[in-house]
Amino acid sequence: MNQPTVSPPKAPVAPIQWMRNNLFNTWYNSLLTLAVGYLLVTSAAPLLNWVFLDATFSGESPSDCVGEGACWLFINQRLNFFIYGFYPEDQQWRINLMFGLLALSFIPQFIEGFPARRWLGIFGMTGLPILGYILIPGGSFGLESVPSHRWGGLMLTLILAYVGIFAALPIGILLALGRRSHMPVIRGFCVVFIEVWRAVPLITVLFMASVMLPLFLPEGMNFEKLLRALIGITLWQSAYMAEVVRGGLQAIPRGQYEAASALGLGYWKKMGLIILPQALKLVIPGIVNTFIALFKDTTLVLIIGLFDVLGAVQSTVTDPAWQNVAIEGYVFVAFCFWVFCFGMSRYSQNLERKLDTGHRT
Amino acid sequence: MKKIFSLAAGTATLLGVVMAGNAMANTTLENIREKGHLQCGVTSGLPGFSQPDDKGNWTGIDVDTCRAVAAAIFGDASKAQFTPLTAKERFTALQSGEIDMLSRNTTWTLTRDASLGLNFAGVNYYDGQGFLVSRELGVSDATELDGATACIQAGTTTELNMADYFRTHGMEFNALVFDTSEQTVQGFAAGRCDVLTSDRSQLAALRSKLTDPNSAVILPTIISKEPLGPVVRQGDDQWFNIVKWTLFTQVNAEELGITSANVDEMKSSDNPSIQRLLGTDGDMGEKLGLSADFGYNIIKEVGNYGEMYNRNVGPGTPLDLERGLNALWTEGGIMYAPPVR
Repeated sequence: MNQPTVSPPKAPVAPIQWMRNNLFNTWYNSLLTLAVGYLLVTSAAPLLNWVFLDATFSGESPSDCVGEGACWLFINQRLNFFIYGFYPEDQQWRINLMFGLLALSFIPQFIEGFPARRWLGIFGMTGLPILGYILIPGGSFGLESVPSHRWGGLMLTLILAYVGIFAALPIGILLALGRRSHMPVIRGFCVVFIEVWRAVPLITVLFMASVMLPLFLPEGMNFEKLLRALIGITLWQSAYMAEVVRGGLQAIPRGQYEAASALGLGYWKKMGLIILPQALKLVIPGIVNTFIALFKDTTLVLIIGLFDVLGAVQSTVTDPAWQNVAIEGYVFVAFCFWVFCFGMSRYSQNLERKLDTGHRT
Repeated sequence: MKKIFSLAAGTATLLGVVMAGNAMANTTLENIREKGHLQCGVTSGLPGFSQPDDKGNWTGIDVDTCRAVAAAIFGDASKAQFTPLTAKERFTALQSGEIDMLSRNTTWTLTRDASLGLNFAGVNYYDGQGFLVSRELGVSDATELDGATACIQAGTTTELNMADYFRTHGMEFNALVFDTSEQTVQGFAAGRCDVLTSDRSQLAALRSKLTDPNSAVILPTIISKEPLGPVVRQGDDQWFNIVKWTLFTQVNAEELGITSANVDEMKSSDNPSIQRLLGTDGDMGEKLGLSADFGYNIIKEVGNYGEMYNRNVGPGTPLDLERGLNALWTEGGIMYAPPVR
């Protein structure tokens, strides 16, 4: 702790002074500022016009989309399909309830001092998936059954990402521990598992799960395409997760292991109480990085005919009734992904700050 | 060691029992009746053939073909459920029993019919590959396209057909391959190619995506035969017959002038052909394992072939396709169905 605890007070700077110090301090910086400024001004106006000023937001039919701007009417009219896929309209309250609970579980994690936020987070990882398992497919407790081929849109993207993320983390931790185990059979199994799954592209895994697997199974013995995709994604993701966690385990000094042993802790207590809490904290950026990558990779289910939010958009932009709405569609998808990925990224930074115990320099 | 052997033997026996159980399993029709719906494989979005609408309901001529089969079985077209499939997985999905029938813009070819364990149950749309060229080019026939650059969608038979056609005519072409049909149009609109080639049923839809649709023309040349129709698994002839005769019923109904609007009046017609088709006379349904009024249900719920065509791809729809080859044989087309008798 040889750093000063209080930074020197900032001198108040006038805007003109600030610009001279930062934007126009040398001749080439002045040139760059002018060039970038010109680009910003010339590109911002058409973009703004396209997105907001000239755009069509409401109306009845495709013919209402006139003018040069974006046709957000298309998104507006298809929004239900992009969010729920083919989920029956009178049952969509089930999905809305799940969306609400998901938000209730995870948004408070950003807000310091939100009441019972720890419990909400725990509910998000335990109660929520159980409730979702009952509520989304239905078929029990008097709920109408909605088979998985009717699921789609943003809801399917979230299901794929949620299951992939929360199932892969524990499996990944076990695999990482297994790979560092001294028992040859366990170590061998984990090494082979990780190396095999990590060495194949996700698109191949999905394709095998959807096209090859049904051929190997006896006729009539068939489990749903979505389930096959989920298992494929989880196994694939857990191999990546294992290597991220292993990186954290290796960064823990040997003294910690020895100290834990010296306290007389068994293997699981040693790992659970001493090593993993430190290791996982170290690799938060890596873990979240893998989560974000997975979230975006879920769009690959498109090739096995599942309509995630991108698939739903792609299947409708070809509608000849609408003129060139592809750009609007893709912008909408990009926005959806940005919201979730940015959220995850902010949360991880938040977590890092909170768990910081001064090891950072 | 012995234990392992007995375990293996046990597993094998169990597997054998499971498989034998499946071999004696119910017929496709019984299975469909039991689960209460027809599972049908469609494309994941092809205008006019199968595409989700604003409400997330499937529409299109391929979709209606499935709905007609559901109407024949249950008397209720809404009992058809749809699985969107990519071109690669469509046959596997059918072979593995994930779907009961495939109605996915699939071209009937010898290889597919003979080597995949599948049967094509008829043709619901006669398509063919054509060309879209920009008007400025001044081309009126495909034989003038020597040296042209063509925008093509990847992974389709279009590229092969194109190569065949140009080789037999001693012409050269450069292929510019895109991943989706959307990109193909963008490429064409940007002037990166002289000609866009695809199934003729799609060319009109693609043309309508241009900023000025009148700047391009569809050439009259058709370079391939693409008979598209529903597909079923081999080995269940009753099911094969049901799908086949559902389509035939729709074509026959158009020929006899029965529509979804007048089907109730037609029930009291004294034309014996109409009586047999609508089940007021004879036991046609029983022979297929269906109810006597299956024909009535198909027409009432989905309509005859002409209605199905006009609703999805015909004049006035965004695709705006003339009947052409798909007109009845009595009206200059080749839609012809064996008689119901």
